Amino acid sequence: MELNPKIPSGPIEQSWDRHRSEMKLVNPANKRKHTIIMVGSGLAGASAAASLAELGYQVLCFCYQDSPRRAHSIAAQGGINAAKNYRNDGDSVYRLFYDTVKGGDFRSREANVYRLAQLSVNIIDQCAAQGVPFAREYSGLLDNRSFGGAQVSRTFYARGQTGQQLLLGAYQALERQIHAGQVKMYPRTEMLDLVIIDHCARGIVARNLLTGKIESYVADAVVLATGGYANVFYLSTNAKNSNATAIWRAYKRGAAFANPCFTQIHPTCIPVSGHYQSKLTLMSESLRNDGRIWVPKQKDDKRPAIQILMPERDYYLERRYPSFGNLVPRDVASRAAKEVCDEGRGVGAHGLGVYLDFAEAIKASGVAVIREKYGNLFEMYERITAENPYEVPMRIYPAVHYTMGGLWVDYNLMSTITGLFVIGEANFSDHGANRLGASALMQGLADGYFILPYTLSDYLATAKLDKAPLDHPAFHESEGQVAGRVKKLLSIKGKRTADSIHQELGKLLWNNCGMVRTKRDLQHALEKIPEIREEFWRNVNVLGVDDEINQALEKAGRVADFLELAEVMCLDALERAESCGCHFREEFQTPDGEAQRDDEHFCHVSAWEYAGEQGKPVMHKELLEFEYVTPSQRSYK
Amino acid sequence: MHLTLNVWRQKNASVKGKLVRYEADDINPDMSFLEMLDVVNWQLIGKGEEPIAFEHDCREGICGSCGMMINGVAHGPRPATATCQLHMRHFKDGDTIYIEPWRSRAFPVLKDLVVDRSAFDRIIQAGGYISVSTGSAPEANSVLVTKQNSDLAMDAAACIGCGACVAACPNGSASLFTSAKISHLALLPQGQPEREGRVIKMVEAMDREGFGNCTMHRECEAVCPKAISVNFIARMNREYLRSLLKGEGLP
Ligand SMILES: Cc1cc2nc3c(=O)[nH]c(=O)nc-3n(C[C@H](O)[C@H](O)[C@H](O)COP(=O)(O)OP(=O)(O)OC[C@H]3O[C@@H](n4cnc5c(N)ncnc54)[C@H](O)[C@@H]3O)c2cc1C
Ligand code: SF4
Ligand code: FES
Repeated sequence: MELNPKIPSGPIEQSWDRHRSEMKLVNPANKRKHTIIMVGSGLAGASAAASLAELGYQVLCFCYQDSPRRAHSIAAQGGINAAKNYRNDGDSVYRLFYDTVKGGDFRSREANVYRLAQLSVNIIDQCAAQGVPFAREYSGLLDNRSFGGAQVSRTFYARGQTGQQLLLGAYQALERQIHAGQVKMYPRTEMLDLVIIDHCARGIVARNLLTGKIESYVADAVVLATGGYANVFYLSTNAKNSNATAIWRAYKRGAAFANPCFTQIHPTCIPVSGHYQSKLTLMSESLRNDGRIWVPKQKDDKRPAIQILMPERDYYLERRYPSFGNLVPRDVASRAAKEVCDEGRGVGAHGLGVYLDFAEAIKASGVAVIREKYGNLFEMYERITAENPYEVPMRIYPAVHYTMGGLWVDYNLMSTITGLFVIGEANFSDHGANRLGASALMQGLADGYFILPYTLSDYLATAKLDKAPLDHPAFHESEGQVAGRVKKLLSIKGKRTADSIHQELGKLLWNNCGMVRTKRDLQHALEKIPEIREEFWRNVNVLGVDDEINQALEKAGRVADFLELAEVMCLDALERAESCGCHFREEFQTPDGEAQRDDEHFCHVSAWEYAGEQGKPVMHKELLEFEYVTPSQRSYK
Repeated sequence: MHLTLNVWRQKNASVKGKLVRYEADDINPDMSFLEMLDVVNWQLIGKGEEPIAFEHDCREGICGSCGMMINGVAHGPRPATATCQLHMRHFKDGDTIYIEPWRSRAFPVLKDLVVDRSAFDRIIQAGGYISVSTGSAPEANSVLVTKQNSDLAMDAAACIGCGACVAACPNGSASLFTSAKISHLALLPQGQPEREGRVIKMVEAMDREGFGNCTMHRECEAVCPKAISVNFIARMNREYLRSLLKGEGLP
């Protein structure tokens, strides 16, 4: 397998513009002769499908929800970054680029990140024109806030519903193209395989979730915009149905999977309350601007927070990181919370929580100011926990939130399979080992609105594709395999629900491939995962039939794929014998407990290639070079 | 907690359904309503019975997937709360709960608690957008929007498309949903060029899909998980009239 990132040569500031002007164009009259399959209708998929349709291509767009408007992107709260520098506070394309490369702990590709920063400004223009109701100042101009510890105010937002509003903008653009007949939408349809003919991605096999019918779709190119795989951990902040099936099927057909172990853990989530817990809820990071994080100094101190006096409290972030305090980056804050809980100083019924306390902020600026800033978040917290954060401190704990890993793509967003493009959270491209707040929305929309329409056109203009018929043997073969798997799942009739096996896998991963990893733990997980997988295929119980809605069957298929993906995640984490960003290997830390990168040996992307059911996946390296931002050791002391 | 559930079970769109009684044990007050259903489903699977089908995804009140009639009320007893955000502590030990799908001509039942809401997408297709193709947008700050209008547009745009308003309406009207989108776009300067045509086309689509007329019962507002105001329906009516008066489409 060859990993050619196809980075344009020359100065980084001009790379994209020059590349864009050199790319081949499809003759307008020929565009309607090309069909593109878009799997996914989140921010990346909807924006790309609409933009490609506007250019004149025929697009077939798929999602498993009943409507494209419900994709997981809808849940993003905080905001979207853009280097507009409206605040005159020193922001620039270069600074956003720099912050993103540094935030990613020098494990991303410079040229991609630079392009992302450049395009960020166009995204805001596009979305505002679509009618996205971004927050405004009294002057009528767009408002900004600072987010995730950034030193400039570059985050645009629409109350606490930025993802919703951006997605609805893209969804409406998509619906316009559906109305125009340029996009054919297939909701409630799940892609279960990728079809390759003459070494090019030419179609998919999908299951209609209403009728159970397994059908093939043919196209000139296939795009996956299927989101992240954080749900491999069972509990995460992602929507319940988010899954890895599409990218996993593509991996098994030859697409390299890059940096699978890079998963982001978000420090401010509502702690688990019981075994029935189905998902975790994120509380916006902005809370750390005013809340102070602490735990009791004493172990197993079960007194109510109010009875624990100041000198008995440990404001551990402020103590350990005097200059950044409660605003240290996500990974640092998450690990510190885990440490104090592991010491037995956690709070709440299960001891897996730390306090996020607003008492002093309320005293200093008054309830009204705090309510104005965080009212909706406080209300959400109270709804879930039945505790009033105006009176008692919130309890928070880290939770899996985002996956920086994903299918490997080159600068054109094409995977290692010719004609298969991957966009949004599903690819690995821009965030390195750690993603900054408010930059996933930016990346998904940059990919969908502004990058893919060019690079995909270039591919179509230059590829020499024969007409692929739907009765090609490759489609038959794949349909047979998909149908066989469905039958198999329904025929096991064991004793356990897919959920219970998924929970078991999630716990194993969380404990061994979560916030802190060690060689021993990873080896342990690698021994256990095949056992759980075997248990699944022997003992799962999937009831119902295959020719009508069967949610248990959908779920089981996704869990089966998670059970395979988990193994590659652990292999990747084991192989990466360094700490970087979110990937913290206990063996590799600085004397004061910070992540210790090893640039000499690990300044690369690890891209894993499938090697058959029995073979061990093969790792390929894409070496990373840093010409513009010099790698340095992060320090938040 | 122990609960008695009466749940609508219907195998598919073409057969009749019925209420089936289940005893739910070990329900924890901190569970969400959907987590309660998960636990019931695990118990059903254990007994070899098919689990109850219901839609859900985000489980934090934003995707609009979930929704069911809980004791006859869309999304249940708590104001401004989607089913997934409702917690069992709002019920009492020993309660009997009736759980049914949205009931409306335009939302046929597909299975158990799952209904077909694709009519909403078709209303948006009719004109619920601003026609701005990618790349053609002007610099964002070159168009000013008063904070007041922007905030009001955001109030309307907060709709999650769940369909509770339709399910609660005695006429099965989609007016709250449709008016929210019409108002959002009509309040913004970017939405002006298509303003007149949009309202006519969307209202026509609403009628075509078999939704009823609004006779101001205000049941929609009462159940809406995002507390969308019926004032937007009044605004839609004004927009409609305005558009007719302007003779949209006439020479
Ligand atoms: C709670 C929360 C808050 C967040 N807040 C922010 C924030 O403030 N700022 C920020 O920048 N980022 C935020 N993020 C991250 C961001 O929301 C996501 O990374 C981003 O929305 C992903 O978009 P996407 O288009 O790649 O995928 P998704 O939105 O996940 O869409 C995936 C699509 O693929 C479809 N699909 C998947 N598999 C298949 C299949 N097999 N067949 C057919 N269809 C399939 C789905 O139906 C869906 O349409 C947040 C994430 C969470 C969980
Ligand atoms: S108006 Fe309210 S009830 Fe109706 S679809 Fe929108 S959010 Fe749901
Ligand atoms: S599951 Fe998304 S709104 Fe309830």
